[in-house]
Amino acid sequence: MKILVCISKVPDTTSRIAFTNNNTQFDETDIQWILNPYDEWYALVKALELKEQESGSVVHLLTVGTADVDPIIRKGLAIGGDEAIRINLNSADSYLIAQQIAQVAQAGGYDLVLTGKETIDYNSSVIGGLVAEFMNAPYVSLASKLTSQSNVVSIEREIEGGEEIIEASLPLVVSCQKGMAEQRIANMKGIMGARSKPLKVVEPTNTNTQTKIVRFELPPAKTGVKMVAADNVAELVRLLHEEAKII
Amino acid sequence: MSVLVYIDHFDGHIKPSSFEALSYGSEVAKLLKTDAVGVLIGDVKDDVAGLGKYGVKKVYSVATDFTFDAQQYAQAIHEVATKAGADVLVFSHNPNGKALAPRLAVRLQAGIVTGVVELPKVDQGFVVKKTVFSGKGFAFVEIQSSKKVVSVNPNSFKPIVGSGTATIEKIDYKLNTPKTKVIKVNKAEGEVPLTEATLVVSAGRGLKGPENWGMIESLAHTIHAATACSRPVADSGWRPHHEHVGQTGVQIAPDLYIAIGISGAIQHLAGVNRSKVIVVINKDPEAPFFKAADYGIVGDAFEVVPKLDAEFKKIIK
Ligand SMILES: Cc1cc2nc3c(=O)[nH]c(=O)nc-3n(C[C@H](O)[C@H](O)[C@H](O)COP(=O)(O)OP(=O)(O)OC[C@H]3O[C@@H](n4cnc5c(N)ncnc54)[C@H](O)[C@@H]3O)c2cc1C
Repeated sequence: MKILVCISKVPDTTSRIAFTNNNTQFDETDIQWILNPYDEWYALVKALELKEQESGSVVHLLTVGTADVDPIIRKGLAIGGDEAIRINLNSADSYLIAQQIAQVAQAGGYDLVLTGKETIDYNSSVIGGLVAEFMNAPYVSLASKLTSQSNVVSIEREIEGGEEIIEASLPLVVSCQKGMAEQRIANMKGIMGARSKPLKVVEPTNTNTQTKIVRFELPPAKTGVKMVAADNVAELVRLLHEEAKII
Repeated sequence: MSVLVYIDHFDGHIKPSSFEALSYGSEVAKLLKTDAVGVLIGDVKDDVAGLGKYGVKKVYSVATDFTFDAQQYAQAIHEVATKAGADVLVFSHNPNGKALAPRLAVRLQAGIVTGVVELPKVDQGFVVKKTVFSGKGFAFVEIQSSKKVVSVNPNSFKPIVGSGTATIEKIDYKLNTPKTKVIKVNKAEGEVPLTEATLVVSAGRGLKGPENWGMIESLAHTIHAATACSRPVADSGWRPHHEHVGQTGVQIAPDLYIAIGISGAIQHLAGVNRSKVIVVINKDPEAPFFKAADYGIVGDAFEVVPKLDAEFKKIIK
């Protein structure tokens, strides 16, 4: 099976989020960058599991970004990706990003394209669906399990109020979330090997965007906590009932 | 020109998140001085004409026996969008909306913004506010294309209920056979789905083990809340994965979030800090969660929670 895993670079989960330039830009000062957890823990590892099951399979990584993403790509290769492609474009427009991914995916003739369920920076959860439509391929979103047997893929997908078991055929695009795979950590051999694995850089075919970020805002800070004594639980219920009017 | 809202359903019933999307779409239509219409694919037991009370004038209904498939459903919605002359498409940012909205964006060559929490500003272009950094921030995004696709975060936009009725127009369109097929649905019996819940009771590692969740479930049952948990709790298999909230789990914005024995790590807070009211119960007065809370009790969960449950029972039948 030929598998393409879309990966992206995001701020570490412990990052304090701040904005600069009149709140028009994300403040990157002191930010540690990581591989998006959904891409790393679920999409990539699932791809590796499938590869281990079926000899002759390959796992390619694909990202859209400038050279500063390379360390993240190397990490993906260290965990087990065979090769990587970087589309040399810095954009926050999902439509454009997905269009570029789809062109590479289509040309590469992949059986399966995996993405994380969302990135933890823009939380848009759209790349998989956009790529699928650009490729005119079926799409299963928010998968928490996936098995493949002689080209029939069985997937567990989250829905509100439960889960669906879906049967699909290849080629297919799937977005991955918790449950898909067990997180793996790169070992020394992987890290050393990653340095010599191929990383191909391609230029975008266009740069037209449909959206533009105008500005950012931080959530309003809490005004302070009202403490209630542990032996006066009735007071908490009264506050929720009469003051917050929620119960 | 019109605003088209996708009406999602499960088990024969229209999803509450669709009521929010319908109201949102109707308000967008007012801003753009046009009408909002809905599209429904498949059959529901509910009163479809009654959806007029959320402000839609018409519901286009497409019959099909096929189970949900993003590709074929998207094609049907596209058909309706063309017929309705839709310029703005509205979805709920729920599992089916996440599968469909991007496909429609490509079909209509439309800019797409998901996870929207407020009505757009339309005085200068079309600017929507969305959550970013998993709840640690918001972005205002301008959609510059002539056609637009937005999806609304559940629990961010309260349904506005008026009195109208919608006309129903049956669309003579046959879906192609999908390439994916739902062969089984496992319903989470009797539970309130977490993303739809207005009240949530959540617990963390402070509870020591899965055997102690009885009091959490009882409290949730008393106030009709959904249950949630921190990541290590789900990772240890104490609770199912779909209850894991936070930056790498489900992000929620209920009216009330009660956090019991959860320290309040930054990754946890990211998923819940849009809750309207946060109550924290923790035995450690230094727990970081208190800084993000509205009400707090320093105490042992094993003593406080049963008492709280009993007090709630006095005011809730
Ligand atoms: C990349 C990454 C992503 C992450 N994503 C998430 C995420 O999405 N969601 C998430 O939740 N975490 C996430 N985490 C983990 C997070 O950093 C914390 O480790 C986790 O939230 C802690 O869970 P907890 O509060 O249940 O446990 P602990 O931190 O162990 O806290 C337990 C709390 O219970 C209190 N307690 C103990 N006994 C009692 C008692 N008897 N009564 C009352 N209180 C008691 C303690 O005082 C303590 O505050 C992530 C971590 C990383 C590195």
